Amino acid sequence: MQTVYAKGIYQTPQAFLEENFNGHTFTQKTIWLNKENKQAISGILQHQPQFIRVKYWSLGTKSAWILDEIGKEKAITVGIIIDQLSIQKLKVLTFRESRGWEVKHDFFTHQFSGLKLNDQQQLSETVNGISGATLSVRALKKMARVALYLNNHRGQ
Amino acid sequence: MFHTSFKKILFFSLTGLLVSTPSVALTLEELAKRLDKLEQQNTFLLQENKNLKEMVGLTNEKAETAIAASEALADSTHGIQKLANWADKTTLGGYGELHYNNLSGKGAAADKDQVDFHRFVLFFGHEFTDSIRFFSELELEHSLSGDGKNGEVELEQAYIDFDLNDQHTARAGLFLLPVGIINETHEPPTFYGTERNPIEKNIIPATWWAAGTGLHGELGAGFSYAAYIHSGLSVDSGFNIRSGRQKVSKAEANDLAATARLKYTGVAGLELSVSAQHQEDMGQGLVPGLESGHLIETHAIWSTGPFTLKALYAAWDINGSAIEAVGADKQRGFYLEPSYRVSEKFGVFARFNQWDNKAGSNSGAAANSEKEQWDIGINYWPHEDVVIKADYQYQSNDDNNEQNGLNIGLGYQF
Repeated sequence: MQTVYAKGIYQTPQAFLEENFNGHTFTQKTIWLNKENKQAISGILQHQPQFIRVKYWSLGTKSAWILDEIGKEKAITVGIIIDQLSIQKLKVLTFRESRGWEVKHDFFTHQFSGLKLNDQQQLSETVNGISGATLSVRALKKMARVALYLNNHRGQ
Repeated sequence: MFHTSFKKILFFSLTGLLVSTPSVALTLEELAKRLDKLEQQNTFLLQENKNLKEMVGLTNEKAETAIAASEALADSTHGIQKLANWADKTTLGGYGELHYNNLSGKGAAADKDQVDFHRFVLFFGHEFTDSIRFFSELELEHSLSGDGKNGEVELEQAYIDFDLNDQHTARAGLFLLPVGIINETHEPPTFYGTERNPIEKNIIPATWWAAGTGLHGELGAGFSYAAYIHSGLSVDSGFNIRSGRQKVSKAEANDLAATARLKYTGVAGLELSVSAQHQEDMGQGLVPGLESGHLIETHAIWSTGPFTLKALYAAWDINGSAIEAVGADKQRGFYLEPSYRVSEKFGVFARFNQWDNKAGSNSGAAANSEKEQWDIGINYWPHEDVVIKADYQYQSNDDNNEQNGLNIGLGYQF
């Protein structure tokens, strides 16, 4: 886990977790990808996932997810807090692409708050994009869907 | 009598059987032996259980280590381009588009019935350090280049960005000018219509690149900027802006140009942008009666839910007696493009374009120079990076020379 700030890092995952769990002790858990999960996540990402398990943190009804996805060339890291079935907060932790930086701003990420997955495994509301940042927007939407999907399956 | 004798016989037989059964005859010594044996077995099982638990623990540790290693390996070998350390810093991408046009000519306009691999583009980028990056775009247009061939091989971008801090970056080299919507972002899956819109072809001569240097970055509150000094156009006595692009090929550089853009993207779904360019001599001192010129371009993009509306206006104002004489001193156009994303895979659009490359006069050759074109069509994305397009174009030009018909395209990006 990143602990030091480097270029393009806006918050470390550790700081993100501490901020969002208000200093409470949270439990780290792991969800393994079975065949069904892997297939569903490949469908969301439009490519095979690069991981075979995902670590997440939970406290009560809340869970926190730290995910990576490539926008155009570089991995974008987001932290996502889910309360029960919907996103409470999505924050860009690392962004190193040379274009599409608008996605790191609150005016964009605020749109994810309150979103769930519908029956088609899509986000329950439209997230308005940013022209010129198509690939970064796409990466963030994919990560939001993966986190919600895994959250829905973590009890199984 | 018979019954009594039978009962006696049965009694003695059963008693004899029971007495002769060994289990009943177990001695205490034998019982102790059996208990000892059971105790031994129990100790053995306990030990075996302990060993197994230890082995499971060890296996878990090994699995954890193996997973961590495999994840590290997956991270380090993500994509072919990351197989080596050098390659880790180098990126490869590209896009392409194949067009089929079936247009019938009206007036003096010719029919157009052709298949063309319009653009095949490869991107190469390299990151020297965290703050110094190279990016390039190499394009083959119309599939075949050479003497007498239709196509061209073009180096459209080759620049180096130097990050000054988190907000500002200096750029030098050969780059796309920050004007319009498609000049900098023109991968086929990102726009509607097989062919690019006529305003950004005939007024903004996209794809428009130049050699130069300048700055780009963020200003905060949703504002960003780009400002460059660069090689200018070299418009000839035909006063066609598009033909004035020198493509940085031994370009005349007597007169440089300056371009600046201010863009606002501070609300999700909204983009507002204004660009301006000035060039002191549009003909590089080679064309009598052609002097300074400037371009103003502004556009808005508004997306809400499945709806998107794009509107763009661009206008040239050029000085010089010769260019004023033919009305080409003012060249301008606009388009409006509403679109609706029916689903993840389907979208429909309509576009109204109006432009005039001789808007400065209403007489002579400039009398009937205004052109209009309607486009209506669909995009189908079988994958988010692959698009199939079909659209119908209908022109209504003042000179009655029109090309109407169907365009079909296939595009991709990676």
